[in-house]
Amino acid sequence: MSEHATEQNNTKTLWGGKISPFNASYGKLMMWFFLVSDALTFGGLLIAYGFTRFNTQDAWPIGEETFNSLPFLGHGYPLIYVALMTFILIVSSVTMVLAVEAGHRMDRKGVTKWMVATIIGGFFFVGSQAWEWSHFIHGSEFGKVELADGSQAIVKGHFGKIKNFTVVETTKHHKKGELITEDLMHQYQHAVVKGNIEKGIIQLHDGTLAKVNKEADHDMILIIKKDGIKHKIGQKIEGAEASKLYYESINSGDAHKVIYGANLKENEYGPQQYGQFFFFITGFHGFHVFSGVCFNIIILLGVLKGTYHKRGHYEMVEKTGLYWHFVDLVWVFVFTFFYLV
Amino acid sequence: MERDDIIEYSLDTHHSVEEGVKMRKSIWKVTGLLTLITVVEVALGAFIKQDNSIWPIVKWGFICLTLVKAAYIVLSFMHLGHEKKSLKYVILIPYAIFILFLIFISLTESIAVGAAWEKYGA
Repeated sequence: MSEHATEQNNTKTLWGGKISPFNASYGKLMMWFFLVSDALTFGGLLIAYGFTRFNTQDAWPIGEETFNSLPFLGHGYPLIYVALMTFILIVSSVTMVLAVEAGHRMDRKGVTKWMVATIIGGFFFVGSQAWEWSHFIHGSEFGKVELADGSQAIVKGHFGKIKNFTVVETTKHHKKGELITEDLMHQYQHAVVKGNIEKGIIQLHDGTLAKVNKEADHDMILIIKKDGIKHKIGQKIEGAEASKLYYESINSGDAHKVIYGANLKENEYGPQQYGQFFFFITGFHGFHVFSGVCFNIIILLGVLKGTYHKRGHYEMVEKTGLYWHFVDLVWVFVFTFFYLV
Repeated sequence: MERDDIIEYSLDTHHSVEEGVKMRKSIWKVTGLLTLITVVEVALGAFIKQDNSIWPIVKWGFICLTLVKAAYIVLSFMHLGHEKKSLKYVILIPYAIFILFLIFISLTESIAVGAAWEKYGA
């Protein structure tokens, strides 16, 4: 191995035949410098998040309450999906290390195999993050409710399914007694936000009045997140009283008693900065993951073409690997400070 | 002048098949450790609520475990532990100094800002 090095080192090379600083090639060194600068950027963003969280007087959302859904399986699984995402990203980092190790043995087939696995893991992660965003924006079935005394509460429990809307009087569009069974949840949530549900009668988009037929909710718990006249932050209300207070607000006929999901003005989880930081930090990170996947694909094409084998070393794979590990490293910190702490 | 990427400066750009077996074993060991730490973190996060009296210890536990994970990723996966010591220090020490100071000053200022807002209104 050392003979190989002296064979190539001669006075016509960079460094005049001597050793480069730190014994590392230019490309690798520059990748490290870039990673330090990017790490400072992410560090700055996370510290800004900490700054905002520390000086916010209102209750800050709790990770395991906010993120408790799995795709297709609904809610009740605190932090499981984000744990799966972390695991997938770590495994993709491992497959990248194995690709680099195969490159060190000039094992072209091994490099290809492990890089394909890394790319698949990366796509999985980006897809999962996209689902998380969409679920965050869409919100839960209960939303965040403003109770009669002015306090605000998030709701835990199982939302009873809406069976149908029974039309109360004949109009241009529907006959009395007709059952509406389509688009129930969507119309229900729209009506709640506009204040179009009064005493169990919903006013639909086309003006029809109908009675809401809904199954009972299970295990409802109200957790107060904003002080009101009667209820204070941290208070938990369960059982029949919770149901009574919640439906009092739903059926009040007043608009904006419930917030569903997240948008540019308000969100059901907490202060607006929470949503802003969530989207910015996970979005910036997701952008890095996506660009990392793109780089990996480009380098994979180079591996398949045989460029690095002809060159005599797979250092390009190693440099791309550094970027990919950095992406994983940032995620480890984002995961801790957003979802756990 | 010859191209820089043809000349191998790194001492470990190549290794033999036997060395490879050893390296892969250590890679899988680190993987197992990182997975275990993640499982512990998630279990604690899911089951210990924030109003529990033990929460501050759990919170600092998270931060320590995260630093352990980060150390393994940087030193083992990113190979920084195998690089020349000077490179390791050039990358880690300035970053550590800067970040520690930034964390300290940001939390201090945040507490001051919070107190000022409470006193004079946000």
